[in-house]
Amino acid sequence: MHSYDFALLLAFFLIVLLPAPWLGRFYYKVMEGQRTWLSPVLGPVEQGCYRLAGVRADQEQNWKQYTLALLAFNLVGFLLLFAVLLLQGYLPLNPQHLPGQEWSLAFNTAVSFVTNTNWQGYSGEASVSYLSQMLGLTVQNFVSAATGLAVLVALCRGIARRSTATLGNFWVDMTRATLYGLLPLCLVLALLLVWQGVPQTFADYAHALTLQGSEQTIPLGPAASQIAIKQLGTNGGGFFGVNSAHPFENPSAWSNLFEVASIILIPVALVFTFGHYVKDLRQSRAILACMLSLFLIGGATALWSEHQPNPALESPQVQQSAPMEGKESRFGTTGSVLWTVTTTAASNGSVNAMHDSLNPLTGMVAMVNMMVGEVIFGGVGAGLYGMLLFVLIAVFLAGLMIGRTPEYLGKKLQAREVQLLVATLLVMPVGVLVLGAVAASLPGPAAAVSNPGAHGFSQLLYAYTSGTANNGSAFAGFGANTVYHNLMIGLAMLIGRFGYILPILALAGSLAAKKSAPQGLNSFPTHGPLFTGLLLVTILLVGGLTFLPTLALGPIAEYLSLGF
Amino acid sequence: MNTYVRPALSLALLMTLLTGALYPLAVTGIAQVAFPEQANGSLVRDAQGQVRGSALIAQDFQGDGWFHSRPSAGAYATVASSASNLSPSNPALAERVASDAGALYRTQQGPVPQALLTTSGSGLDPHLPPQAVAYQIPRVAAARKVPEERLQALLEEATLHPLIGPPVVNVLALNQALETLGH
Repeated sequence: MHSYDFALLLAFFLIVLLPAPWLGRFYYKVMEGQRTWLSPVLGPVEQGCYRLAGVRADQEQNWKQYTLALLAFNLVGFLLLFAVLLLQGYLPLNPQHLPGQEWSLAFNTAVSFVTNTNWQGYSGEASVSYLSQMLGLTVQNFVSAATGLAVLVALCRGIARRSTATLGNFWVDMTRATLYGLLPLCLVLALLLVWQGVPQTFADYAHALTLQGSEQTIPLGPAASQIAIKQLGTNGGGFFGVNSAHPFENPSAWSNLFEVASIILIPVALVFTFGHYVKDLRQSRAILACMLSLFLIGGATALWSEHQPNPALESPQVQQSAPMEGKESRFGTTGSVLWTVTTTAASNGSVNAMHDSLNPLTGMVAMVNMMVGEVIFGGVGAGLYGMLLFVLIAVFLAGLMIGRTPEYLGKKLQAREVQLLVATLLVMPVGVLVLGAVAASLPGPAAAVSNPGAHGFSQLLYAYTSGTANNGSAFAGFGANTVYHNLMIGLAMLIGRFGYILPILALAGSLAAKKSAPQGLNSFPTHGPLFTGLLLVTILLVGGLTFLPTLALGPIAEYLSLGF
Repeated sequence: MNTYVRPALSLALLMTLLTGALYPLAVTGIAQVAFPEQANGSLVRDAQGQVRGSALIAQDFQGDGWFHSRPSAGAYATVASSASNLSPSNPALAERVASDAGALYRTQQGPVPQALLTTSGSGLDPHLPPQAVAYQIPRVAAARKVPEERLQALLEEATLHPLIGPPVVNVLALNQALETLGH
């Protein structure tokens, strides 16, 4: 570790943590329709949207109506994107004359972007036109993040409100999240990125004659605008095939800092938004402390692991230093590891170094971050709603231990709530273990593995974990672009997205309808270090333990076999 | 039905217009005025105006007279970019590294820096760590018949020291500087 490594880590935490309380309050005000400094500009646009869409902003929905609206909107988004990807060969803004995507790939891509996963079975510069990137992918980058934020505030309202049937209005929440929550920040980040060297043009690919006189095609495009939302919206789908390792996506150490901090900027802030909803910022601090602890444990493990030289390369002719295979010089080890940990903690899934080539335990940290359900900051909205489920489970467990009806912020958790909680607990195991085991057992699908031994199993495990967790990163040697994996990982992404959203909205509806019991001396406090610790243990036991055997077969076996 | 279909369709289209068309157009407009160089791909031109590459995209330098770029798993292909995705335990990685090290190793210089033996994440890494450039100086100096000290000075001049990242050298810029030096 050099001084610049420490400077990077310090700058990262400052950028992410300092504005969070302010930004969290901003999101609260925006989502509750209060006036902010952006209202004079965006207010008329917002009202215009409602008028054209026939939406009455003051008309609230119950949880079923809210869910139906969300599903209808996501379905329309899926169909539009699917059509654009299939038909891009006939559509304009396609200077490279790229043909439409094959149907199973188009299905996989459309599901992937609608579910905020951004798993990519294709390489952007070789198979997606400028029009598809903008009108197709960029749009879903925005609205899938906005959908996550909408579900989160619906759950926050469910916890905060008393004896009511309604959770807000999905159309309004989605529109506000996009207009106020994402667009302005994206505009700023996109320009910062162009300044650092990310292209933003509609011109054709450039043709160069290299210094030694050969031909070189230089791919261009409206990249910065898409990369900004891909980071801020925790989407992660790269404009170019190798994602943020590509020098045009991430040209310098500074762009790397801006992009990696953008991944969790909003998820961290939303923890404070929750505090404003329940009028108790102590709750936010307890949750934040738990997320931060998990982030630091994983981060420290990964940093240590990735600074170890690979024993397989030991030779007097080879410099024994931290491995550089799959890494870019301008990021180095620390810049790459920080990204790996952040992108998997936060359901982003963009990569600036190839995860396939990471040391085994670094890859394992990435997998664990996803396996616990993307709750360590997590995706925009999705991370915190996942974390709130764990909070409720922790409260339930504490209730069992002390023999009382568990209650959270005055709301009693009864049979129906616990049933819904358990339903969400099944999502990750079903997606990862069931779908993963099926893929591993069939000779055709298992052949997608590109590395021998334990690591090959890790590749398959990573793919289904990433899909179900809606992360989108990969051990990218895995040949996922086959009809089988396109469809099955597509299914994993749908289970991972809607397997959470549907029970959560039902839970929100059920909590909103409850009366609030006054908190007395006997209530179990859900703030402070004791609860933070309980929450941490709950996440690791309930979320992590399920997957321990698979980790032993994959990364741990690889680690031991290499003889570190 | 109308409660869901009309808002879903119209909001999907409105969001497409706002985030898929107006937003990228606005960014492009501002970027083309404020940072035209970068927005168009940081292209490098020669005196005649011919595009010779991009400052951010590695070129495949061959022969003893040039500084070589980071190895590329995709043979420096730009469409599409690619990586090796070799796992640390894959014997193919150890074999490749050992054989490349054998070719580059010079006893008096010590072990070969990792950056010269490992392929980058993008296959297009435009940079090298300074020590990986320094390792190539004796070879380039001999081929170009220039004193090593001059190349050393060139390297120091070309090394970037970002506050928050490792020091790097842009290989294309360094080789361009070589051209002016050689003649």
